[in-house]
Amino acid sequence: MYRHDLLIIGAGLAGLRAAVEATRLGLNVAVISKVHPVRSHSNAAQGGINAPLTDRGDDWEGHALDTIKGSDYLADQDAVEVMSSEAGEAVIELERMGVIFSRGEDGRLGTRRFGGQKVARTFFVGAITGSAILHVLYEQALKLGLNVYEEWFVTDLIVEDGRCVGVIALDIKSGKLEAIWAKAVIMASGGAGRVFEPSTNAIICTGDGLALAWRVGIPLMDMEMVQYHPTTLDRTGILLSEGARGEGAYLLNSQGERFMHTYAPEYLELASRDVVSRSEQTEINEGRGINGNVLLDLRHLGRELIENRLGYLQEVAVEFLGIDLAKEPVPVRPGVHYIMGGIKTDVDGATAMPGLYAAGECANVSVHGANRLGANSLLDTVVFGRRAAVHAAEFIETVENGSGSQEHLKATEARLRYLLDRPPAEGWATIRNFMAEEMTKGIGVFRDQASMESAESSIDEVADRVEKMSVQNKGKVFNTDLIFTLEMEFMADVAKTIVHGALARKESRGAHYRTDITERDDENWLKHTLVYSDDDREAGVRVETADVTITKWEPVRRAY
Amino acid sequence: MDVNLKVRRYDPETMDQEQSRWDQFRLDMHPSSTVLDALIHIRENIDATLALRCACRASICGSCGMRVNGEAKLVCKTRIADIAPDGKEIIIEPMGNQGLIKDLVVSLDPFFDKVRQIDPYLKAASEPDQGEFIAANDAMENLLTAMNCIMCGACVSDCTVLEVDDKFIGPAALAKAWRFVEDPRDDARTDRLKELNDAEGGIWDCTRCLKCVEVCPKDVAPMDRIMELREMAINDGNTDTSGYRHTESFNRSLKKHGRLDEARLAVESAGYTNVPRLMDLASIGVKSLIRGKMPPIKPHKADESHKIRALFNKVESEHKP
Repeated sequence: MYRHDLLIIGAGLAGLRAAVEATRLGLNVAVISKVHPVRSHSNAAQGGINAPLTDRGDDWEGHALDTIKGSDYLADQDAVEVMSSEAGEAVIELERMGVIFSRGEDGRLGTRRFGGQKVARTFFVGAITGSAILHVLYEQALKLGLNVYEEWFVTDLIVEDGRCVGVIALDIKSGKLEAIWAKAVIMASGGAGRVFEPSTNAIICTGDGLALAWRVGIPLMDMEMVQYHPTTLDRTGILLSEGARGEGAYLLNSQGERFMHTYAPEYLELASRDVVSRSEQTEINEGRGINGNVLLDLRHLGRELIENRLGYLQEVAVEFLGIDLAKEPVPVRPGVHYIMGGIKTDVDGATAMPGLYAAGECANVSVHGANRLGANSLLDTVVFGRRAAVHAAEFIETVENGSGSQEHLKATEARLRYLLDRPPAEGWATIRNFMAEEMTKGIGVFRDQASMESAESSIDEVADRVEKMSVQNKGKVFNTDLIFTLEMEFMADVAKTIVHGALARKESRGAHYRTDITERDDENWLKHTLVYSDDDREAGVRVETADVTITKWEPVRRAY
Repeated sequence: MDVNLKVRRYDPETMDQEQSRWDQFRLDMHPSSTVLDALIHIRENIDATLALRCACRASICGSCGMRVNGEAKLVCKTRIADIAPDGKEIIIEPMGNQGLIKDLVVSLDPFFDKVRQIDPYLKAASEPDQGEFIAANDAMENLLTAMNCIMCGACVSDCTVLEVDDKFIGPAALAKAWRFVEDPRDDARTDRLKELNDAEGGIWDCTRCLKCVEVCPKDVAPMDRIMELREMAINDGNTDTSGYRHTESFNRSLKKHGRLDEARLAVESAGYTNVPRLMDLASIGVKSLIRGKMPPIKPHKADESHKIRALFNKVESEHKP
């Protein structure tokens, strides 16, 4: 039997940061991940990590205000205060662990400016910041001898007496199903971009943790807040970092105009992401796009800067499009990138269920509110990953292990057997493609009642089809067909929470922009949406709301 | 576009370890598709039992290393139009030197066991009282070459030394070792160099075949890093190795004769006091003699060897400390 003090689901930045902390605190820790840690999607974060370092004249309140304004005042301000005030220490710690941040002439860490922020406070490693940090955290994991269940897929959380006491998981390499018991579990399983198409997200970003938590009764908060990144590649959705604009790149329409002058006269290309994505989409909708794209122009930055500071961008442009960024502008469009919504937690990562914590993209603390600032996601992962571990360690002192009963394992075995024995029907892939296209249509950069209702009926259809889908591959070893089928079930749940969150919010705020109700409504909607699983309702969901925590920044009209 | 794939399949549940079969797939794909797009298309629409790893689709996660037409590549950044524009057959196989799990999925253990071997983390004797380590940007940017490594395993797959000697630490782990040796914040440089120099399968086991440099999808150029490690190890006083003696003998011979004195090179590399190795060489010498393959005991001077010597003198005077 597998038993630990703490089990962390996911080995990206949030999961590994939590694991490092918990190991230092002397806990018996294990990390479980459906991919090897260095394959995690934290890799794909390119541009940097924000930190207001006071020793170079910045102040955390400045970062907090930029974050809150970026969130369109939906972030909980107590949570933002925690993140901003702990940011400096978190980034310095990463440097001391070995991250090779870019530096200035004086040998100290250098910055670039990122969107929605008044000053340059984004620390970076070329255009591979996420990858560089992930690899260093993995080095720390190796140093500490961290126990990792590599390529294990979590199918269920084990809940006993209202407390999370472990997981049921499938060893992908052997096909064996096991129960892993822990006194506390931290969900750090990342995002859900695959619910949409195209998206910048990896194929593995299927919202597993969101659905696992939701199924055991934990509310998902502000799921309608889906970030469209302004510079993604057509068709594939591959990301080109905001770092390009941070270094000074322009956005141009088909007439060669820097159209951001119209929409954000002060911040221009470095307005917040929701604003830039809407501006681009408006240009495209009004006929000033080029085959559904606008242009990202880096030519004036010069080859040396492009290759030294944005090397990975150049690699992507050359290898995937055959475009040399020093010579040609590259067509880009808004694409699904990040989900601000997630498992509702407090500032210590605690969820509504004792023993279950969440951190990183799957969690909603909430520091990103209705729109996340670029380079705040990496910060979120390390600050709240660490805090979740610290709090979980305290909790672990107060509880005993779960029962160790075989019943949970048997229940999952029966469920998987039923799935594998279903009569031949359509597989997961056609359902996923249908769902993802419908979600992108209905829950887009712009949305309205009709588009969201259309998405709702598509998602209902998806739920029906998921009930019947069958697994073609009956093998045990590396049966990805089975894994993807289980992921499809997760995604169908996540899509449902997104659609119902969106339908509930009768205003426009941040990423949730309704063309039929274009104004923000602080009187009625300075509120979080909470979507619960509820079998008593026809739709299977119940939506409630909760107040936003305001500490010292009163909501004002937002302009860039 | 017309795409023609031949994929090596292996299923441990129905086949013996040495068995495999070839499956042929003809597809119609978008003109800018990658090999990964084609494999995903097969997995989603034709054969759900096909096993492969992939995640980011953008050459940053390192999951999708496999052999394409005999050479290790990241298939997410291998565009079909570039390698088979006219529907020519593309041969897909799992990576080498890493043990096979199923179809195109290899074991990750051989790769990461080697990474573990080099103490792959920063060892700083002390930390600054406040703030970050101060270090020159040039020195840090220099490390990015190796930091670009995404641990995809392509270099390990096609390493010709690993093919015959699984003790070799290998290109990826040695490039990672270089990254710490060169890091101005790391205080274990001397120990690291000694360890890499002395270890079985250490820096002297690379045969400089260049394969890792060719196949690395992120321009890490592991072999160049290994050569730099050798130089640093020598400069750090690690001279009691056949590798060092080989280098010195090679150098002397070229400078003196303008060509390689192969007999002397073999003996000097072994070291005059290394009796067991000299015995080995003696038996090879006898066999060579019998077959008429023995290199001359007293080497001939190359024509115009003075020109080579002039080159040596020029380089040496330029690099005088």
